[in-house]
Amino acid sequence: MATGLHKSDFQNPVIRWVDARLPVFTMMQKEYGTFPTPRNFNYFWNFGALAMVNLVIMIATGIFLAMNYTAHTGMAFDSVERIMRDVNYGWLLRYAHANGASMFFIVVYIHIFRGLYYGSYKAPRELLWMIGVVIFLLMMATAFMGYVLPWGQMSFWGATVITNLFSAFPLVGESIVTWLWGGFSVDNPTLNRFFSLHYLMPFVIFGVVFLHVAALHITGSNNPLGIDPKGPQDTVPFHPYYTAKDSVGLVVYFIVFAALVFFFPNLLGHADNYIPANPLVTPPHIVPEWYFLPFYAILRAVPDKLGGVLLMFGSIAILFVLPWLDTSPVRSMRFRPLARPFFAVWCLCFIVLLYVGGKPPEEPFVTIARVATAYYFLYFLVILPLLGRLERPLPLPESIARPVLRGGGPLPAGAMSKPMEKA
Amino acid sequence: MPAFRSLRALFLGLGLMAGATPALAASEAISLPDTRFSFDGLFGHFDRASAQRGFQVYKEVCSGCHSMHLLAYRNLRQLGLSEAEVAGIAATVQMMDGPNDEGQMVERPGRASDRFKSPFPNEQAARAANNGAYPPDLSVITKAREGGADYIHALLMGYGDPPAGMQIADGMHYNKYFAGHQIAMPAPISSDGQVEYHDGTRATVDQMVTDVTQFLTWAAEPELEERKAMGVKIILFLTILGGLAYAVKRKVWADVH
Repeated sequence: MATGLHKSDFQNPVIRWVDARLPVFTMMQKEYGTFPTPRNFNYFWNFGALAMVNLVIMIATGIFLAMNYTAHTGMAFDSVERIMRDVNYGWLLRYAHANGASMFFIVVYIHIFRGLYYGSYKAPRELLWMIGVVIFLLMMATAFMGYVLPWGQMSFWGATVITNLFSAFPLVGESIVTWLWGGFSVDNPTLNRFFSLHYLMPFVIFGVVFLHVAALHITGSNNPLGIDPKGPQDTVPFHPYYTAKDSVGLVVYFIVFAALVFFFPNLLGHADNYIPANPLVTPPHIVPEWYFLPFYAILRAVPDKLGGVLLMFGSIAILFVLPWLDTSPVRSMRFRPLARPFFAVWCLCFIVLLYVGGKPPEEPFVTIARVATAYYFLYFLVILPLLGRLERPLPLPESIARPVLRGGGPLPAGAMSKPMEKA
Repeated sequence: MPAFRSLRALFLGLGLMAGATPALAASEAISLPDTRFSFDGLFGHFDRASAQRGFQVYKEVCSGCHSMHLLAYRNLRQLGLSEAEVAGIAATVQMMDGPNDEGQMVERPGRASDRFKSPFPNEQAARAANNGAYPPDLSVITKAREGGADYIHALLMGYGDPPAGMQIADGMHYNKYFAGHQIAMPAPISSDGQVEYHDGTRATVDQMVTDVTQFLTWAAEPELEERKAMGVKIILFLTILGGLAYAVKRKVWADVH
């Protein structure tokens, strides 16, 4: 027996041969087979897996779209319509890609909401959470550049408005904008680099997602009770329990996705983006895609341009330090009677910002946006730090298994985590 | 199908909450009459006879000013025209081709594979011929306007006398549904019998507007029928798959709960 080989438990000779030299099968078995997972997940815990599937769909459809797309200001718009008309199932690829972006943000917003409600960002998962915020930022950059590619009116003017934000920075602002554009206005060099970066970024996201999952598999998952599993009676192996449960969520996700793609493919888009980009005609209302509207509302809530830009970036940057702003040792809001209503108002503010972000900047929307923006920051900077000291949390359950079983009698044999005989 | 209806309601709600909100702002809240079309709804399909008549309206009325450069004559086969009919339609225009072996550009009769011939060589020529206004390309017009087919139908029917006291600029026309109510395009379809339909249908203004709207919607979304039919099948399939997945999940979890 050669030295240095991994001791594989697999019986199949081919798998065993590979596994001994490169233990990918052992790794998969450990991380996605027997991986001990809290037994009390609700369906909110589907959304991490859904986001992963969504990323794969975006990359797969995107690769085929890129084969047929022309990144040139004079040809981009028509090349996209040619995909819709002359490429086999091109309309399906493009509508799946465009609505896939919306689905991605729906899924990730719910995923983030889950993390906020159940305190998934708290020790020991701070870094896991911060890596997640990085993914969110990368997603936003990717989605923004992707929306520019069809070179419609909203593509062009959205790109102009958003890149111009950087001009708010004193001294270097103008130079940054020229550097981003590759010229003195949004033009062909801008479109070319956005296409290049739009193709690159998903693979960067994929790498960071790998880190996100790697970090998750060190700390293990949080759960709706927010308490740590105390032993095998509190966990089940990931497969088949959560593969089965994720499958249910996945089918529901696909139904929603299919309804959008097949029946309302342009519902979440903007009609103006079917008008070819024209630098001489400004659309009456320049609006970003719906998933950017809360942050767009924060930007516009501030009368000063630089202030608005800083506040908008700050609204996401603040998430990085959230693990240290929230001083309460209790993770799940189930046991935080005071935090719960404050968080509900925060969620409401987020939805209100989403709504007013799509409205013209006039009264009463400006005032509403200002109030909601103020609360958005107040929640993180004042309410959460204070609540940790003022709030009296409800008593935490002794273990995960106990409240699930109600009572406290002896555990049935089936409740124990068991090895992989079902696989 | 209440399930689909509630899905639709969900999405409309979602849309109102998010992306569709600028729609209300952009059109200054002019409410459009809700016109029923054969392509509406989950099982929507194109009325081919109507779309063929609509093409005739486009050819005889709209195409004098409006291009449709994304469409090819061969696409008309999808509306039920025969290969010979399509070739005949294409052959009525002269296309510039070349250069040939001598380096000369040559004119030749159109072919089925040609894109619709545009009425003007470029935007400047179009503006010069239209009092400075640019007649937009109609290839994706129903996707490019809030309200889609409803809006196009309403716009074409929306001409009339301006309300008392409203000043209409020189060369402009009052339209109830156009943003700002002043449109450079004169009422394109204005009198019954303006087009003489090949199939004998009575060409009322409403009929012609409905037909051309049908045609323009097909032009903008030629995949619509295939898309909706596929969607119905996929959602039925997923519903069954969802039931199975849920049953499997229940069985797997039976010994834990």
